[in-house]
Amino acid sequence: MSRESQTSTKRLVTKLMLTVVGMFGFGFAMVPLYDVICDITGLNGKTGDQVVQQTETVMVGDREITVQFLAQNAAGMDWEFRANDPQVKVKPGEIKVVSYHASNSHNYIMTGQAIPSVAPNEAAQYLKKLECFCFQEQVLQPGESVDMGIRFFVDESIPEHITKLTLSYSLFDITDYEKPQAAVTLN
Amino acid sequence: MSAAHDDHHHGPAKGLSRWLFTTNHKDIGTLYLWFSFAMFLLGGSFAMVIRAELFQPGLQLVEPNFFNQMTTMHGLIMVFGAVMPAFVGLANWMIPMMIGAPDMALPRMNNWSFWILPFAFAMLSSTLLMDAGAPNFGWTFYAPLSTTYAPETVTFFIFAVHIMGASSIMGAINIIATVLNMRAPGMTLMKMPLFVWTWLITAYLLIAVMPVLAGVVTMMLFDIHFGTSFFNAAGGGDPVLFQHVFWFFGHPEVYIMILPAFGVISAIIPTFARKRLFGYDSMVYATASIAFLSFIVWAHHMFTVGMPIAGELFFMYATMLIAVPTGVKVFNWVATMFRGSMTFETPMLFAIAFVVLFTMGGFTGLMLAITPADFQYHDTYFVVAHFHYVLVPGAVFSIMAATYYWLPKWTGHMYDERLGKLHFWLSFIGVNILFFPQHFLGLAGMPRRIPDYALQFADFNWISSIGGFLFGASQLILLVVVIKCIKGGKKATAQVWDGAKGLEWTVASPAPYHTFTTPPNPDLIEAP
Amino acid sequence: MLPKAKLWLALTVAALTMLSTNLQAAWDLNMPQGVTQISRDTYDLHMQILWWCVAIGVVVFSVMIWSIVNHRKSKGAVPATFHESTKVEIVWTIIPFIILILMAVPATRVLTHAYDASESDLDIQITGYQWRWEYRYLRQNADEDEVSFFSNLSTSRDEINNTMPKQENYLLDVDNPLVIPINKKVRFLVTSNDVIHAWWVPDFAVKKDAIPGFINETWTIVEEPGVYRGQCAELCGIDHGFMPIVVHALPQDEYDAWYAGRQEQARAARAQANNVVTRDQAMATGEAIYNRTCVACHQAGGVGLAPAFPALAGSSVVNGDLTANIELVLHGVPGTAMASYARMLSPVELSGIVTYIRNSFGNSTGDLVQPADVNALLEAQ
Ligand SMILES: [Cu+2]
Repeated sequence: MSRESQTSTKRLVTKLMLTVVGMFGFGFAMVPLYDVICDITGLNGKTGDQVVQQTETVMVGDREITVQFLAQNAAGMDWEFRANDPQVKVKPGEIKVVSYHASNSHNYIMTGQAIPSVAPNEAAQYLKKLECFCFQEQVLQPGESVDMGIRFFVDESIPEHITKLTLSYSLFDITDYEKPQAAVTLN
Repeated sequence: MSAAHDDHHHGPAKGLSRWLFTTNHKDIGTLYLWFSFAMFLLGGSFAMVIRAELFQPGLQLVEPNFFNQMTTMHGLIMVFGAVMPAFVGLANWMIPMMIGAPDMALPRMNNWSFWILPFAFAMLSSTLLMDAGAPNFGWTFYAPLSTTYAPETVTFFIFAVHIMGASSIMGAINIIATVLNMRAPGMTLMKMPLFVWTWLITAYLLIAVMPVLAGVVTMMLFDIHFGTSFFNAAGGGDPVLFQHVFWFFGHPEVYIMILPAFGVISAIIPTFARKRLFGYDSMVYATASIAFLSFIVWAHHMFTVGMPIAGELFFMYATMLIAVPTGVKVFNWVATMFRGSMTFETPMLFAIAFVVLFTMGGFTGLMLAITPADFQYHDTYFVVAHFHYVLVPGAVFSIMAATYYWLPKWTGHMYDERLGKLHFWLSFIGVNILFFPQHFLGLAGMPRRIPDYALQFADFNWISSIGGFLFGASQLILLVVVIKCIKGGKKATAQVWDGAKGLEWTVASPAPYHTFTTPPNPDLIEAP
Repeated sequence: MLPKAKLWLALTVAALTMLSTNLQAAWDLNMPQGVTQISRDTYDLHMQILWWCVAIGVVVFSVMIWSIVNHRKSKGAVPATFHESTKVEIVWTIIPFIILILMAVPATRVLTHAYDASESDLDIQITGYQWRWEYRYLRQNADEDEVSFFSNLSTSRDEINNTMPKQENYLLDVDNPLVIPINKKVRFLVTSNDVIHAWWVPDFAVKKDAIPGFINETWTIVEEPGVYRGQCAELCGIDHGFMPIVVHALPQDEYDAWYAGRQEQARAARAQANNVVTRDQAMATGEAIYNRTCVACHQAGGVGLAPAFPALAGSSVVNGDLTANIELVLHGVPGTAMASYARMLSPVELSGIVTYIRNSFGNSTGDLVQPADVNALLEAQ
């Protein structure tokens, strides 16, 4: 190869290597990018973990929307976990308080984390939570039972065709086990 | 044409060190091709285990867990070990000779990019011997099955993927540098053979998406060993995110495995039709548009994850669009054959079979793009039939066509045409018995990746298995043909095929160790 | 893997039994038309596109075959010299594009319909587990009795391992099918307990991924009473092929009766929770549970599957402290495949399974666990 084409090859290879590094970074950038897209579109029914500030009930019209509450335990989590009310009817803008029940029948302290999800996922962005037990980890003493509250309202701008929405919580065990149990492989 | 190569350089070194330390593009091409064939047999033997277990309802030969390891390893080895290295091997051998370059632009990196591959696959395959067993979560390794629920050998898998990725990236950089900087005077971009064009575009795809694959396995590694939660819902992560990142790599990956095949077919059909390729320019543009579209269709693999309807529609329309440039290619090949003067040597037989069977895979691809219909097809044997039609009588047939086509140039001998034709016909019949009934299985409701099935699927499964054994056994003929051809046979001329055009046919057969150390006469370079 | 000799034996047996299987098998070639508006629309869409593809294929391949037959060198064909035509290229770009638009219109219509899950009459939560489904009927208020149950494969391991003839609905039968009323809009809320599964019933054209931490919705209106079968469609681990779905669609009155019966059962189970069981009862319950729930990992005879799944035969846990053993079954082992069964099995079933494993596979502790013992541990602390 001539010297000239050698330097141009070097320049080209440098550019290509930078592209490789850039695309590796892009793979990771997809993580926050995806979250942003989820927040905007309600993709996947994510409700966002921001606390909404609103203190006054502003009721709009007399539409009634049914909000259903689901609870389920993720694998390895066997607290008793259920919604105290299977469903409530709310008017857009009206602030409601409901609660979930959890109890730990183990003889050790456990930490749980509830992950919310909304169906239809289009509705996620209209469900505004003022207070939610999913904002914090839940630490339960051996044998302890708690009722955990949610204060929420449905935004007035919710589209007409949504008359029912489902708020579901999956409860995960995030106890930091000190024993090396977690190192045992699964299947 | 002996003026094209004044052979004043030294020849190859002797013994093992020739292969270990070689920087010669032909040697490295040969290494890639043999490695790929070995992986083809290994991945094929896993497929035989799968088809043997599915021969009858009930569990006969293997445990479900081992079955899952077989499907996973079969997919990984065929994609990353057989198909991709075969095309890199062909690129190494042919691209410098096609563009009149003395070697690849970065010969030492070339050596590296090959020699790390055997380590990657040794590492991956060794997991089969470990207590925890090989990866069993499918070649698509969806989280959390591949993270929280994975066997501990997943770490070997992750590092193997990293090494394969590094190898592919180095190979791609080398090809781009060679094509852009090493072309002989007179070899303008629009005079390059289509194989070079398709590989140039493929190499850009590789550079764009292999790092994303590296990224996704790195995130897995962090989730598994360092307590992050990229894909773990408990920590605020999202298993669906995994699929988005994976398929952002995975869909272009599909085209990485098929674009070079388009190039091979576009070389073979004109040769045996004795007629110029129809619509060269449109072929180049079609390839580029397919490559572009491959970046905006990934979520058609995920129509059932529960995307918003706007997303489903976008990915449906974008996917359907791919049919247009793909159709253009098929029409161009047919138009090339039309009013040609055809003969049907083995490479041409494989190429014609490619056009027909790849197109069938394309049709089912179009059907799969239709979102509501995909709800029925998704994750069934219909999908298995679809992608095997595209990859086996598609990509793999093109590799075999290329092998027969250029074998005389590589070895200096003509291969045994009778055996070649036998290999073709047995493969052609076998592959159709193997995969065609799988369309019916999928439509009738058989999910993919299951070790046992309900009784109504029994008939088509045993038919498919018989086809599988036939196809599998037939591939040994290829080995015999190649070895015979290396050992001897009728002397090949430089031209080899009377309709062949292009610089590679201006050098002697076998191609001397060093070719085009001085650039070819620009007048020899004509538009393909 | 098995040694070679066994492989040959298996192949021979397989070849011999092939004929008998043929008799049972149906030659299903095409997608089912199903029993819902959506499934019929999907079928029509599928056929329409299939025929488009066939038509295009016939045209293209006819030209190709005609060329292959007529334009061969052996027939003295002389190659033409044309090699491009912008006009032709434009034509065969535009025509496929128009065909695609013709396909996209009905596809968009069907998809929009399939995505409209609003105004449902009945909502059911479906949760995927390794490797079973749980169905939970959503209630209006808290004092209604809740109907929820697990649905497990009921095909016996003997059929799977070829030691017993395979029944008609081999691998497609469950102990507790999902029951829904016909002509009602049933909305499914799909999620998962562990890995990703997919709930699929071909006759409804409903397939939705069950994803841990997320809830997906889909729906159906079944128009004909009947039994409809499907399978998990997303690779979910070892027993992915063994978690079928069975749906009974009943007329409204029969459905109501079934639902009331289920509520009654729920009340009865609560009442029975402290009943005393005999050793035979406990062993029988336990054996049934073992073969349905435990055998996939711990294997027949309790021999386990090294290294991930420990043997129960001679196990120090099973032969050790009784309370510790019950607690392990109740709570599982975090970070392993051993799930927690406190909520998956009833106290009667739990007492049965522990009794069974402690007195089988060569284990002989002689323990008899009562439902009350289980309840005590569940409520303790
Ligand atoms: Cu599953």
